[in-house]
Amino acid sequence: MREIDVRLITEQVRDLCIQANIDLGEDVLQAFDRAIEKEESPVAVDILKELKENARIAKEEKVPICQDTGFAVVFIELGQDVHLVGGSLSEAIHEGVRRGYREGYLRKSICHPFTRTNSGDNTPAVIHTELVPGDRIKITLAPKGAGSENMSRVVMLTPSDGVEGIKRFVIQRVKESGSNPCPPTIVGVGIGGTMEQAALLAKKSLLRPLGSKNPSSELDQLESEMLAEINQLGIGPQGLGGRTTSLAVHVLMMPCHIASLPLAVNIQCHVQRHKETVI
Amino acid sequence: MGESIRLKTPLSDKDVEKLRIGDRVLISGVIYTGRDAAHKRLFDLVTQGKDLPFDIRGQMIYYVGPTPAKPGQIFGSAGPTTSYRMDAYAPSLIERGLKGMIGKGMRSDAVKEAMKKHKAVYFAATGGAGALLAKKVKKATVVAYEDLGTEAIRRLEVEDFPAIVVNDIQGNDLYVEGQKKYRRE
Repeated sequence: MREIDVRLITEQVRDLCIQANIDLGEDVLQAFDRAIEKEESPVAVDILKELKENARIAKEEKVPICQDTGFAVVFIELGQDVHLVGGSLSEAIHEGVRRGYREGYLRKSICHPFTRTNSGDNTPAVIHTELVPGDRIKITLAPKGAGSENMSRVVMLTPSDGVEGIKRFVIQRVKESGSNPCPPTIVGVGIGGTMEQAALLAKKSLLRPLGSKNPSSELDQLESEMLAEINQLGIGPQGLGGRTTSLAVHVLMMPCHIASLPLAVNIQCHVQRHKETVI
Repeated sequence: MGESIRLKTPLSDKDVEKLRIGDRVLISGVIYTGRDAAHKRLFDLVTQGKDLPFDIRGQMIYYVGPTPAKPGQIFGSAGPTTSYRMDAYAPSLIERGLKGMIGKGMRSDAVKEAMKKHKAVYFAATGGAGALLAKKVKKATVVAYEDLGTEAIRRLEVEDFPAIVVNDIQGNDLYVEGQKKYRRE
């Protein structure tokens, strides 16, 4: 058993909230460069260059890339040989979010669903915990903006819909989202499991670095086919027309019930933020 | 960026009449911020026939909820939020004299109709470019609804704020036209 004080988790979560919001990943910047090379629309090229410049300013001046600094979505992989001491894990994470959003001058965007009263400190966080072998804790922080989250959907397809039905739904979702989710987007797709598991798979698929291949050749091909079709839609950066509607499609899949075919589409804007650390 | 039209607020009918979809503009002068909660309050005032907290005639509203400014910073990161959530409220503000809206994403037919009828224009700023757009704000003061925090109405003095005309007074829509141009069936 390895003892870890939860106060250490609070500090790490605090730092990850701030880092994720000011430092856009190199994989995203490289995806912008690849898009600029392929883009046919001059307006689209200007927008993609603006996004690169924006990321540079954010990193240099240590200010948020986007004003929507998001819902703090936290993935915890907790080693089963870890013994947590010093308090509650969830409370330690919430406290890290509270401090990160206050001390990092990040926007507080969480409110009561009916009264819309702001919680004032961006808590609670959404926490997904998974037990894994070992004596370490991996914390991944993925702040999620609402513009793209609002365009996401879960659907329970019937088995007869098959792969074609999946493709049709995903592409239709991107088409209907149009200019709203801040294209160029990354399309996270979760297939299988149950309703909530499909949604979680879709969200988790977004953590994969842009430009990396899906380890499954079957899914890799599905991703390429869907991306090609999406980029024929013409929506383009910011929806003003162009070749780059999405930078990537990422798919995660698991088995499902014999009677169902769950599908989740989690749209991510171009500010694809996530940072991780291992304790 | 190509050639841009310089726009100075407040806007007159003449200013908006010459704007066409695809025009890039650099906005200077005063603009007001407002998003979901502030729009609901403005709308309620209009419905009750009461005065608005600022004279809306000729003005421009920017749909934004900024991050808090860091010490030494004039304004926090401030890119546009998605506009359709303000569609229910926008026509009555346009009717009251609002001349411009800055946001991102498509507007409803009712908003486009109101823009045509009362001569107003909708501009898109680059969503997600919050750090870059914040630098165009030279002064910011809260003018109403401080209790709403990031959603309070702020009076911003901006210089060369970049945007693009998406809906003009002739009923054209750059989202429709721009996407049509690059769509492959």
